[in-house]
Amino acid sequence: MNHESTYEPKSGFGKWLDARLPVGRMMHTQFVDFPTPRNLNYLWTFGGILTFFLMAQIVTGIVLAMHYQPSATEAFDSIERIRRDVNYGWLIRNLHAVGASMFFLAAYIHIFRGLYYGSYKAPREILWIIGVLIFVCMMATAFMGYSLPWGQMSFWAVTVITNLFSSLDSVVEGLGTNIVQWLWGGYSVSGVTLNRFFSLHYLLPFVIAGLVGLHLWALHVVGQNSPTGLDVKTKSDSVPMHPFATSKDAVGMFAFLLLFAWFVFYLPDYLGHADNYIPADPLVTPPHIVPEWYFLPYYAILRAIPSKLFGVIAMFASIGVLLFVPWLDTARVRSTKYRPMYRWFFWLFAFTCLALGYLGSKPAEGAYVLWARIFTAYYFAHFLIVMPIVGWLETPKKVPGSITEAVLGPDKAKNAQASAN
Amino acid sequence: MTSPEPLRRVALVLGLALASLTLAGAVSAKAADAGGAEHAIERQDWSFAGFTGLYDRAQLQRGFQVYQQVCSACHSLSRVRFRNLAEPGGPEFPEEAVKALAASWPYAIHGEMDDEGNEVERVPGLADPIVGPFKNERQARSAYNGALPLDLSLITKARTVESHAPWYSHWFWMLADIVSGYQEAGADYLYALLNGYEEPPAGLQMNEGMYYNVAFPGHQIAMPPPLSPDMVVEYQPDAGAKSTFQQNAKDVTAFLAWAADPSLDARKELGWFVMLYLLITTVLLYLVKKLIWSRIKH
Repeated sequence: MNHESTYEPKSGFGKWLDARLPVGRMMHTQFVDFPTPRNLNYLWTFGGILTFFLMAQIVTGIVLAMHYQPSATEAFDSIERIRRDVNYGWLIRNLHAVGASMFFLAAYIHIFRGLYYGSYKAPREILWIIGVLIFVCMMATAFMGYSLPWGQMSFWAVTVITNLFSSLDSVVEGLGTNIVQWLWGGYSVSGVTLNRFFSLHYLLPFVIAGLVGLHLWALHVVGQNSPTGLDVKTKSDSVPMHPFATSKDAVGMFAFLLLFAWFVFYLPDYLGHADNYIPADPLVTPPHIVPEWYFLPYYAILRAIPSKLFGVIAMFASIGVLLFVPWLDTARVRSTKYRPMYRWFFWLFAFTCLALGYLGSKPAEGAYVLWARIFTAYYFAHFLIVMPIVGWLETPKKVPGSITEAVLGPDKAKNAQASAN
Repeated sequence: MTSPEPLRRVALVLGLALASLTLAGAVSAKAADAGGAEHAIERQDWSFAGFTGLYDRAQLQRGFQVYQQVCSACHSLSRVRFRNLAEPGGPEFPEEAVKALAASWPYAIHGEMDDEGNEVERVPGLADPIVGPFKNERQARSAYNGALPLDLSLITKARTVESHAPWYSHWFWMLADIVSGYQEAGADYLYALLNGYEEPPAGLQMNEGMYYNVAFPGHQIAMPPPLSPDMVVEYQPDAGAKSTFQQNAKDVTAFLAWAADPSLDARKELGWFVMLYLLITTVLLYLVKKLIWSRIKH
């Protein structure tokens, strides 16, 4: 986003560096002077929270990797040694395990904020798509991370999820089986599988970090969306990122850390499964194999479809459909605030996701299956039918002429704009 | 957006959280048996429950005594080392007593070699695991007709109580557990199991060598009743509790809860400092933010 830079290196070294590698200028321009809409609410603090959690996961993960043994015979015991014998090992491990859940919670709030305020609409399509790619990488990282303790749920979750690819056998004979054996590195889930998952679990967060860089780059080209769905157009629409947005981000981040600490210190195992405190046993299947809470909606979609192949396709499509949201939404305005009809569908969609999460945690039988099918149907209908049709049918409420007008009212806005320009 | 709106929302959320906190205390005992055909597992009043609860030293000591005199006949506790029994946050037996205990432990450490490469057995020391009577799983299974006496180090973490709350109140119980810091489902289950032995109902075909237990999934368990009202573990006069069947069950469950989560005391104590720091910083940051944003209308 084009704006004036007030960066002026004071020291001799600062001037010297600025002439050679203007990294200070770049940081100052992008994270100090950067114009942020003056009407952002606390939902806009989740981007910063997510960046923090990515870094925190990497730091705690590196420390854990110093003590962890990625082998079928040692993995479970090494985690127990971290819990019992490593100084503050219990804390590092809780931070990492609970941190993963908090990372997803923050990501879901961030995604739903984007959906509500239309942050995916032009010119933010690429920004949104990079976000979806980050989300996919997060899911892969979390899935592989969950396998590392090599408890019963780790082992069986890996078995169930990798086995999904065997459904491709019904398309090309032997294709699925070959893919599954390639993923496993053998004829069953074993220590070989664990070893490669550990390797990838260590690699992917750095891929995410790279994608986050692109996400921020794209964001700083087009600028932030705002609760009104209006872009920053004039100087009076915005405030400098520092100290305005940064001070608000700090409040949001620390409030979120309170929730994080509550789970780390008082409910460290609440978000996990008791079965994962039983060492992996290929001969004993747990009565209910369920993924971590943040995967439950997709698990419900997978099991809602009677055919295995189409269940797998639906599960991947439930994420894939997000890539097309910028073009599926036909509305003329961005923010759902000004969309009286779509607003109801948005909250129905949010409820659908929660309901699918609940159903994913239940055994696939009886009424649970029926409801999972109904909610799966709405999940896709929301994107493929509601978004295009409601956007086209609906008459949006009148949107203020600018962010300044939304904040100050039309009369004062004129003065403010005049004096600012 | 004007500032009172988010403030009102925060107040609403806090109000809801507070309301559930109050309710949680009153109804948490009933949460487990809200509907469902399964045997209801009652929530017990553990000293280490919730966000303020810590282990009761005397109870852990009594619990160890029950483990030693009853459970250890079949079950190892191999992730716990003898030295842990003397460390802060646990039963905190005097170190000399633990040394003597390890030296007189009835089971030996296996699988080590002497200088000539012969396999030797030796008496455990402080750094050694609390071993059980069997060298390995096969030996244990063959002694019990194929049933395996599990290692008990993680038993209270590896068990839980499934929620049977119906869908419309499920979220409420979940929130109540989160707000009240409920993490004792494994201990509740274990206590219910120790208390769950009954005569099998008429007409139920029991498998050979199995015992009927209401708390056990499927109700047929290979473990004979480990504790019984007729043969309680004798406590010292200064042990802090009268020995009864229920008390034995409760004490050994508390001890095994510690064995599975030995850092609980340290965790909860450190937690308060962290929470306090975060809370104060959040308030200060909020005031700073308010001051900065007062420069403009937003």
